Amino acid sequence: MSKTQNAPGGVRSKTVVDYLNDENVRAILYQIIAIGLVILAGWYLVSNTLENLERQNISTGYSFLDLEASFEISESMIDYTAQSNYASALMVGLLNTVKVSLLGIILCTLIGTIFGIARLSSNWIVRKLATVYVETFRNIPVLLQLFFWYALIPNAFPHPRDAIEPLPGVLLTSRGIYLPVPVADNAYTLMGIAAIIAFIAIFFINRWARKRQDATGQPFPMAMVGIGIFVGLVFIAYLAGGAPTEMDIPALKGFNIRGGYNISPEFMAVLIGLTVYTSTYVAEVVRSGIQAVPNGQWEAADSLGIKRSVALRKVILPQSMRVAIPPLTNQYLNLTKNSSLAVAVGYPDLVSVSNTTMNQTGQAIEAISIFMSIYLGLSLLTSLFMNWFNKKMALVER
Amino acid sequence: MTTPSATSPNDRNIATSGFITVQSLTKKFGTNTALDNVSLTLDKGETMAIIGPSAAGKSVLLKCLAGLYGADGGKIILGGDDVSQTNAPARFDWAERIGMLFQQNALFDSMKVWENICFRQIERGTLTRKAAKEHAIDLLGHVGLSEDSAFLTPSDLSGGMQKRVGIARAISTDPEILLLDNPTAGLDPVLSNHIEIMISKIATQRGTTVITITNDMHIARTRYANLVMMYAGKIYWAGPTSDIDNAHNEHLTQMLNGSAQGPISMRMGKRGDQIVA
Repeated sequence: MSKTQNAPGGVRSKTVVDYLNDENVRAILYQIIAIGLVILAGWYLVSNTLENLERQNISTGYSFLDLEASFEISESMIDYTAQSNYASALMVGLLNTVKVSLLGIILCTLIGTIFGIARLSSNWIVRKLATVYVETFRNIPVLLQLFFWYALIPNAFPHPRDAIEPLPGVLLTSRGIYLPVPVADNAYTLMGIAAIIAFIAIFFINRWARKRQDATGQPFPMAMVGIGIFVGLVFIAYLAGGAPTEMDIPALKGFNIRGGYNISPEFMAVLIGLTVYTSTYVAEVVRSGIQAVPNGQWEAADSLGIKRSVALRKVILPQSMRVAIPPLTNQYLNLTKNSSLAVAVGYPDLVSVSNTTMNQTGQAIEAISIFMSIYLGLSLLTSLFMNWFNKKMALVER
Repeated sequence: MTTPSATSPNDRNIATSGFITVQSLTKKFGTNTALDNVSLTLDKGETMAIIGPSAAGKSVLLKCLAGLYGADGGKIILGGDDVSQTNAPARFDWAERIGMLFQQNALFDSMKVWENICFRQIERGTLTRKAAKEHAIDLLGHVGLSEDSAFLTPSDLSGGMQKRVGIARAISTDPEILLLDNPTAGLDPVLSNHIEIMISKIATQRGTTVITITNDMHIARTRYANLVMMYAGKIYWAGPTSDIDNAHNEHLTQMLNGSAQGPISMRMGKRGDQIVA
């Protein structure tokens, strides 16, 4: 702070100029001026907006969320009708976004890893095929790819009348894939709880078994016991729930197929498009991760007589993970954010539902603020998880 | 024993017997010839140092012996088995009968030190994890490391400790042949000496045949019975270290001193040039 000192003995009292020349005073002064300008600009924008909204008779605020949405959403993971309110409509959109992003992340990781390894294969054909895949799908804009898949899927399958039935109850049509699902019953909730309990039990037994094996060398048939616990518990829950057998089987009624679970062409187009596009980037990340591991590691494993596949799994991949995780996080974030392109093919994701909400209510700022903060939240959650994972895998360099 | 030849690298009398026999071995990487008609023999339990300037083909020769590279010409015969190619049937057994230390140690950071040391036994199922851990701790004692270090990751260790772990891994199957690529590179003289004493001890105690690449002529002459000097993929001089003083004293002194006709001019010479003492 300012070096104001009233020393006894009558030192010359400080003038305003003295204060302005004081470095500390100046630093604070500049900050106050800067903050003031920002607030002024913000106030100008906000007051203008409010004034304009008022002129258009649009009331601001989030109270519109309680109003009846009165529009249909083609697919939903929760109960939703046109009579539901805007809040649940946005919830449907959010869940659809999360569904396609999460599945996309899992699938692009699997496919990307396979192609990333294939790009380094010693087999010429495998290597070239992987290269063609990566270079093709990486270099076409993802929006065009969504259009492509959305044009392809409805045309590749027949009209519901002539649906292909590869398995009893499974129908492939131009309107998507229909799967038979069990009719909702309390037993399934019970089975879900049993599955979670089984996983927790397996986790602890596995830890105990590993500890015991390290201490005594006695191996524990973990795979068999694990499967036994899981199947056993879930089956007991099924019996306890009254063993329901009723299935909801899709069938042609009139011009369309009713019943069962429908995987829509829109969902498939978005999922395939995002997965294929992002998997090419994941493939490159995996390839660079593997190449970042010194060749000496392969040679050392080779000199020990370890098979290449084992060396890849136990030596190379764990080390390449450390290099690959940060760029992989970027790709996961990109996929989540790119899922907002789903609006282009009519998949009712968050942006699509928000758009409808905006058009109907005129609450553009509120709707945009909602979906922007949701995307921000999703991305931060992903980052948070990946940072934790990265820390777990990180190498301690001395 | 190696066949000494002081005059020309190519007109040597190729021995066909010996525990390790290399006959006119040639190895190419693209158009680059890394090993050019290399021949040598070594009896069981003997020790040999390989010395030479960088890019002389020392490491390639060692990796050919370890079965990492297949021969483009000539033969590698270990204990009577032809293992010239990496897919030779006898190679599978020899993987366990050869221990190798890499120049950069090449320890696996994906696993703990004890798993590193006994990786092949764990993978091949010849030891249970418990037995492997005990074996690894025992070996760590042999190379002068504490039991605690067994549970660290290699990257947690210092350079000298990593080198010891590398040696422990190389000797973990009690191999008949030990191939060491620069075991003292990057270590201070005291630690170098310590490591070399340790290697000599292992060799004498276990009767292991040891081939070591080194850049230290003093170590080569004092700790190894045989010496091979390589240059530009060729064997330039080979023989018992005790012979050096008699026939090649002058030239080897030049090599040691790095004089104009020594390693510097060797490095500048064109591939295939005959360099004669």
